Amino acid sequence: MAEEIKEDAKEKVQKAAPAAEKKAALAETAKILRSVSPTPHVRDDSSTRGIMGYVIIALLPATAVGIWHFGPRALCVILLSILSAALSEWCFDRITKRKNTVGDLSCILTGLLLALNLPVSVPLWLPVLGGFFAIIVVKMLFGGLGQNFMNPALGARCFLMLSFSRYMTDFSYRPGWGAADVVSGATPLAAVKAGENFNLLTMFFGNEAGTIGETSAMALLCGGILLIVCGVITWHLSTCYIVSFLVFAAVFGGKGIDLNYLGAQLCGGGLMLGAFFMATDYVTRPITKKGQVVYGIFLGILTGIFRIFGPGAEGVSYAIIIGNLIVPLIERVTEPKHFGWRKPEKEGKAV
Amino acid sequence: MALLTFKGGIHPKDGKALSKDKAITEYEPKGDLVYPLSQHIGAPAKAVVSKGQHVLEGECIAEAGGFVSAPVYASVSGTVKSIEKRRTVTGDLVDCIVVENDGKYEKAAPITDKPFEEMSREEVIAAIGKAGIVGMGGAGFPTQVKLSPKEPDKIDTIIVNCAECEPYLTSDYRKMLEEPERLIGGLEVILSLFPKARGVLAVEDNKPDCIKLLREKAAGKERVEVAALKTKYPQGSERQLIRAVTKREINSRMLPADAGCIVNNVDTVIAVNNAVREGQPLMYRIVTVTGDAVADPRNFKVRTGTNYRELIDAAGGFKTEPEKIISGGPMMGFALFDLDIPVTKTSSALLCMSEDEVAKWEPSACINCGRCVDACPSRLIPSRLADHASHYNEEEFLRMNGMECVECGSCSYVCPAKRQLAQSIKTLRRLQLAKRKK
Repeated sequence: MAEEIKEDAKEKVQKAAPAAEKKAALAETAKILRSVSPTPHVRDDSSTRGIMGYVIIALLPATAVGIWHFGPRALCVILLSILSAALSEWCFDRITKRKNTVGDLSCILTGLLLALNLPVSVPLWLPVLGGFFAIIVVKMLFGGLGQNFMNPALGARCFLMLSFSRYMTDFSYRPGWGAADVVSGATPLAAVKAGENFNLLTMFFGNEAGTIGETSAMALLCGGILLIVCGVITWHLSTCYIVSFLVFAAVFGGKGIDLNYLGAQLCGGGLMLGAFFMATDYVTRPITKKGQVVYGIFLGILTGIFRIFGPGAEGVSYAIIIGNLIVPLIERVTEPKHFGWRKPEKEGKAV
Repeated sequence: MALLTFKGGIHPKDGKALSKDKAITEYEPKGDLVYPLSQHIGAPAKAVVSKGQHVLEGECIAEAGGFVSAPVYASVSGTVKSIEKRRTVTGDLVDCIVVENDGKYEKAAPITDKPFEEMSREEVIAAIGKAGIVGMGGAGFPTQVKLSPKEPDKIDTIIVNCAECEPYLTSDYRKMLEEPERLIGGLEVILSLFPKARGVLAVEDNKPDCIKLLREKAAGKERVEVAALKTKYPQGSERQLIRAVTKREINSRMLPADAGCIVNNVDTVIAVNNAVREGQPLMYRIVTVTGDAVADPRNFKVRTGTNYRELIDAAGGFKTEPEKIISGGPMMGFALFDLDIPVTKTSSALLCMSEDEVAKWEPSACINCGRCVDACPSRLIPSRLADHASHYNEEEFLRMNGMECVECGSCSYVCPAKRQLAQSIKTLRRLQLAKRKK
């Protein structure tokens, strides 16, 4: 009823052309019921879509380096992965009669992250399967955005790794656009582990074997710094992760504080990608700063164990996946002390 | 000196430029004046006039209904038309005394004619109580009760809340600029009650002119100092203000007096000055009429009981159709569905916004970003509390200290998923408070 009256009055205001009439009509509307809501009555400009957008933009340097370095096939893998993730979410929303959530860009980000974690030589159905698994099994079946306890892209990567390890560990590739020669090679991190030679500089810039998005430490670092500067993530988690890993590698790596070795551990493999883009995934990391510090240190140690004592050279994905599982526990032990907190027995007494 | 502050908080668009430079002008009411009997926390006042009775400006029309209560005064001379239920800002129907203004403004005798210098401590407190002064920052707690702590000797800091951290509001700002002597005079009255205390005028640093002026006026006064606060919402929240000024923290079960502090708002302190030194009861309120839908944003000195609609007309009416009208600031104020509401002792602003920002957004899933945690001045985890509250999980809500929430709304403001965090938390919190009272 009130709505109707309001619509009516609005119409009157629009129709009343002369200023005096308009004023009278406006005065009339003041007598009409208005909408109310609980406080606060203002909001800032941030949005889920905006945040996801920032992360995607921050991933663009690494994506660009990957495409430039690995050639058009890399672009193909990336597009397929994103398309599959978006389509899976759209279909799931459709089938379960939910509101379409593709617009929040979270599934696009998942697809992109997954692709950056795949070698360029994978068969083209692999990113499609991965995108489907990430969105449907890891994310939507647990309740959609915000409810998954595991990073969808990493969950899918681990699934593919265990199921199709042959493709997932094949790092042969054709370098650059249109080059004919297939370069087969071990990743630099594997070389480090085997005690072979490596070139720290190429590892930093990214002209190496590896997954599409992980090879260029420089591009990932740029993206990570962008995220911190824009306030999307804070430095706590990534820094604690990287520092604690380096300390672990220095102590147990068997090389002591060998800058070349530590530099290779830092730039090689998925550490940079993991520390800035995967471990910092909002949904699957602790919500408090204190929790994030603990979580970062835990991930650093776990990555160190996997890389140094494990059978493979890689360890970031599994470390983060396991870390995801203990997040509730970390949150429980790092609950903040509220404002004005007192020791229980002294409660209520004067300061 | 480093700026005083607390951890957490937000920086909303302040919108103060609209009315900041408009000097306070007095508004003479045209229609009837409506005085709710409950304009404060505590027992409602009891009407002492009857229908048809002639009242004078400054005559007591309702007396305090208990220890925690405050009397109400007529702000015009005229005839009592009726005592009936009328709507107030919260939307409640409350018993109100309606007075028809005769336009003569015949004044009643002052509430006290004894000079302040000759008054005893008890007489000063009695005068403040008699004047019907309540905390005008919004809560409306009777000031004479606040000024009578159990152990007066332990009070070492009297803080005047000059933060005005709510966006759009400029009434306290104008008061500070236009009546600094009265403000400091009021503070000195309160300081006379607590011989061991220092008085601190705590001003946010977005009002450098106020800080400068107050420092000039306070020069040479040993017990009065001016402190600059970092501009941040909710700097004017009592607990956060005490933390900023004294570094002491109190929780929800404690009173400011437990930290040796008493906090009063600018207008309250000026009202104390006027009551004790001039014998004037509380009958005026400064109201900022502002917002992008108002033609000519202004600061008015308004007689309590004046209808809000009249104030909008006095500010040139609407220039665009307002989607939302708020009594108070955008962070803590009440949205009004109706404009026929009287100005009370705790009114501070009438904010008319051409766009309802809240309605623009639809809440979506929490992405656990942690912005609410960073913004929470009480160092809570609002997203989890809101979750527990919406599942009516009292046990977890209490374990995670939901009762420590100050209801400032910072969490809802920063939420990128536009979730109504403060609303959920507030709802369960209020239910728990009601339960405690039983």
